Amino acid sequence: MIQLKGLSKAFQTKTQTVTAVDNVSLSIDEGEIFGIIGYSGAGKSTLVRLLNKLETATSGEVTIEGESITSLKGQSLRSARQEIGMVFQHFNLLWSRTVAENIAFPLEIAKQSKQERNKRVQELVNLVGLEGREDSYPSQLSGGQKQRVGIARALANNPKVLLCDEATSALDPKTTDSILALLTDINKKLGLTIVLITHEMHVIRKICHRVAVMENGRVVEEGPVLQVFRKPQEHMTKEFVRQITEPEEDASEIVFNEEETGAVVQLKFLENKAEQPFISKVIRQFDVDVNIIQGKISQTQRGSYGSLFIRIKGSHEEIEKALDYLREEEIEAEVMEHA
Amino acid sequence: MLSTWMEEINWENMWIATWETVYMSLIAVAATFLLGTILGVLLYLTDKGNMWENKPVHTVTAAIVNIFRSIPFIILIILLIPFTTFLIGTMLGPSAALPALIIGAAPFYARLVEIGLREVDKGVIEASQAMGATQWQIIQKVLLPEALPSLISGITVTGITLVSYTAMAGVVGGGGLGNLAYQEGFQRSNNDVVFVATVLILVIVFILQWVGDIWTRQIDKR
Ligand SMILES: Nc1ncnc2c1ncn2[C@@H]1O[C@H](COP(=O)(O)OP(=O)(O)O)[C@@H](O)[C@H]1O
Ligand SMILES: [Mg+2]
Repeated sequence: MIQLKGLSKAFQTKTQTVTAVDNVSLSIDEGEIFGIIGYSGAGKSTLVRLLNKLETATSGEVTIEGESITSLKGQSLRSARQEIGMVFQHFNLLWSRTVAENIAFPLEIAKQSKQERNKRVQELVNLVGLEGREDSYPSQLSGGQKQRVGIARALANNPKVLLCDEATSALDPKTTDSILALLTDINKKLGLTIVLITHEMHVIRKICHRVAVMENGRVVEEGPVLQVFRKPQEHMTKEFVRQITEPEEDASEIVFNEEETGAVVQLKFLENKAEQPFISKVIRQFDVDVNIIQGKISQTQRGSYGSLFIRIKGSHEEIEKALDYLREEEIEAEVMEHA
Repeated sequence: MLSTWMEEINWENMWIATWETVYMSLIAVAATFLLGTILGVLLYLTDKGNMWENKPVHTVTAAIVNIFRSIPFIILIILLIPFTTFLIGTMLGPSAALPALIIGAAPFYARLVEIGLREVDKGVIEASQAMGATQWQIIQKVLLPEALPSLISGITVTGITLVSYTAMAGVVGGGGLGNLAYQEGFQRSNNDVVFVATVLILVIVFILQWVGDIWTRQIDKR
């Protein structure tokens, strides 16, 4: 659906050249929610802005459904842009227009008749759940409602792709969840391809199918969300994954009680495993005791992922047998400390 | 006492002069609005980082605006005598004041327009570009409507300046209340005429301010 080939963008400032996007190649499939995560300044915004040519690439190519966006100009670029919706962190609504008029704006640009516009606006208002607020002005709406207007506006011309640049970063956690639920809903209902940028790992975890991690303009890691969560390869990715999988503290900060016997083990498990009673099986099948120290399970679009710290007490042999059993069950078991 | 005071005034001349002032002010405000908006949009669009970024055009426009804004109005009228005579055919009467009024006020208003446009959120312009809007659509549907409260409050301020300019233009033959106050009031030592003419000018100014304020408040949905 969307192909990026060797895409680079350098900004020339008075004193230096900033390479905001550095030789990025990615392939995004039709109908997927593709996340791009990175810290501020990683080049994420520049990357999405290259997708609708709000920035002109220094080198490389972007193609959407086989059409080379990077080489479009004038009217053909404007037509292509009408098929790419964009949602912004700060909503970017016209304050002089009501909700309905804001949503109608892209339809006016596409020169639709007033009748067609009114019909489409009503559909969109219903889709994003803003019934009854059509005649309000943006200044009378909450952040979440403003973003719903932003999403409705982005969907007005039935785009093939929706670009979201930090769409939830200005919202509180609860509103973030409702906007993410709306995006998932739209993705399923309309089969829309969504490219989503964020610096928050829980956004990726909640709605993305695949993720790319950006650092200094480069994509350092890329893959299905679950795989990246389970086996992060790069330092940067590990840092992001730790944001949500590790309980409050880092493993190294867990206070190991010297008095206690047995081994402290970190278990990492995936998908349906999180819902299986493997702990009680271990206790029943082997001559060991298990204390749970701390743990956390996270839901993603394609299953759950979790990390659990336990202390196993028993003979050395029994502990080894129990750990072998867990590993057979495809649960990663890493011994942190032996008594 | 009041009746003797009133007797000194030729009310018919007073009304004619009032309407001349209103006429000059309204035409000048309308033309200033148009010309100033065009100049202001040009100043804004050719500025660094904007749609038509163009240093030579911006510098030249800004220079012209600044020069005309800095010339004292009374001097401007004198400088424009050949131009006005060519255009209107005479230097006398309310219509003859119009070229100087418009040329004097439009650059001032252009600056206010430019300031108002700069306050329009860059993100909104970017969002419009992302939707595939043409430059003309952005000017017409985004820049001007989003800046409208600034444009209206700006034209109110400019309008008030224009009313005082009409009085000055009157002194050099432009007609209106200023002309009346000078010819019939000052030159014939009739202070009543000066007083009533002043009050009428104040009334025009207050009405202008009042309408402008209400209008600005009504369209400002920020
Ligand atoms: N118009 C620009 N001119 C100069 N430098 C820019 C410009 N836009 C972005 N940059 C630089 O490019 C880098 C990446 O920026 P950005 O894409 O906004 O990152 P992110 O969205 O990940 O925070 C930053 O170092 C930023 O300062
Ligand atoms: Mg950004």
